[in-house]
Amino acid sequence: MASSTILLDYWPSMFCMRARVALREKGVEFEAKEEDLTNKSPLLLQSNPIHKKVPVLIHNGKPVCESLNVVQYIDEAWSDKNPFFPSDPYGKAQARFWADFVEKKFSDAQFKIWGKKGEEQAAGVKEFIEAVKILEAELGDKPYFGGDSFGYVDIALITFYSWFGAYEKFGNFSIEAESPKLIAWCKRCMEKESVSKSLPDQEKIVAYAADFRKNNL
Amino acid sequence: MAEEVILLNFWPSMFGMRTMIALKEKEVKYEHKEEDLLNNKSPLLLESNPIYKKVPVLIHNGKPICESVIQVQYIDEIWSDKNPLLPKDSYQRAQALFWADFIDKKLYVCGRKTWATKGEELEEAKKEFIEILKTLQSELGDKPYFGGDTFGFVDIVLIGFYSWFPAYQKFGNFSVEPECSKLMDWGKRCMERESVATSLPDPERVAGYILQLKKRYGIE
Repeated sequence: MASSTILLDYWPSMFCMRARVALREKGVEFEAKEEDLTNKSPLLLQSNPIHKKVPVLIHNGKPVCESLNVVQYIDEAWSDKNPFFPSDPYGKAQARFWADFVEKKFSDAQFKIWGKKGEEQAAGVKEFIEAVKILEAELGDKPYFGGDSFGYVDIALITFYSWFGAYEKFGNFSIEAESPKLIAWCKRCMEKESVSKSLPDQEKIVAYAADFRKNNL
Repeated sequence: MAEEVILLNFWPSMFGMRTMIALKEKEVKYEHKEEDLLNNKSPLLLESNPIYKKVPVLIHNGKPICESVIQVQYIDEIWSDKNPLLPKDSYQRAQALFWADFIDKKLYVCGRKTWATKGEELEEAKKEFIEILKTLQSELGDKPYFGGDTFGFVDIVLIGFYSWFPAYQKFGNFSVEPECSKLMDWGKRCMERESVATSLPDPERVAGYILQLKKRYGIE
């Protein structure tokens, strides 16, 4: 049976990037369909009627929504190589906890840095730095959050690296100064083809964010 | 090896209810430690969940697991010999996780607004609340449970809110019937299960707790 794997995608979305990284880690051939979010395709509206958001993975005609959900699904559907999770339930629970932390704390904070200004932006920078320090402590001396191998938490977090240039420019701070360990981990992940192929250049994101600020703030 | 299972909880928490129900569904013996969340969090809680300092926390043989949806998955994986909570099929599992995420993103925040806001904000919240319930009702369809024929993951994630529905309607001064009567029937069906009936507080007690919160935070 011919299998079809389609990713409804949006190039600057760090959430879509997670799906791209995950698919490439598993060596899956997929078709990325770029969405114009100001003019969402019928396929997107039909595949994700509840949230109408990207990414959506359509595997053999069936849609999976929400990026972390998509990554977990990819891990299970292509379970023969590069597992994203440790095999023990406690290790899995810890991985899920830290990916959830990235969603709850890191994600909200980073948006305030490039998407807001004034007090809200300043609060975003502060929360971002706090979150980075917590993540750095969790990483410890391990090469990856997953331990010796690149895994679920690494995938959840690394995609934000493409936005670091934008955070530093608009938030006016240096992430490397705050956390050299985290930057070292970012560079280590970027050596993987699945990551470097899936993340846009930081300059492109800076231009995207500048445009957003011009039009919205 | 002797199994030690502790649950740090707070009785009105619709999140803690999930973990309690999952443990009961699996017939796991556990020690329930009630936290005084408003006034005095225990050293064990602060040590086991230093990031969020919230309940529920599941401590299994000394190792803490935080976040209720993660705990339910963990419980399902550790005590996998009976009453599976999540489907085996990866696609169906992804669907179950999608609905758990939907409930977490939408229902808690909107529910809170029904007792913590007024005026225009309250009117918007009431409309949104009914829409959320109708979406869930539509997903349920004609199935007895969200999982199909058997009580499962999404049922567990949602049912705790059932004990809060009467309070939301009382303080927000609205009714979810008749539009959401099918969902209310689902709630009653779940309440027939001992794991659920013994884990959900009396709605009257929840209303009393909300009054306490309103006084404490100066919300009219």
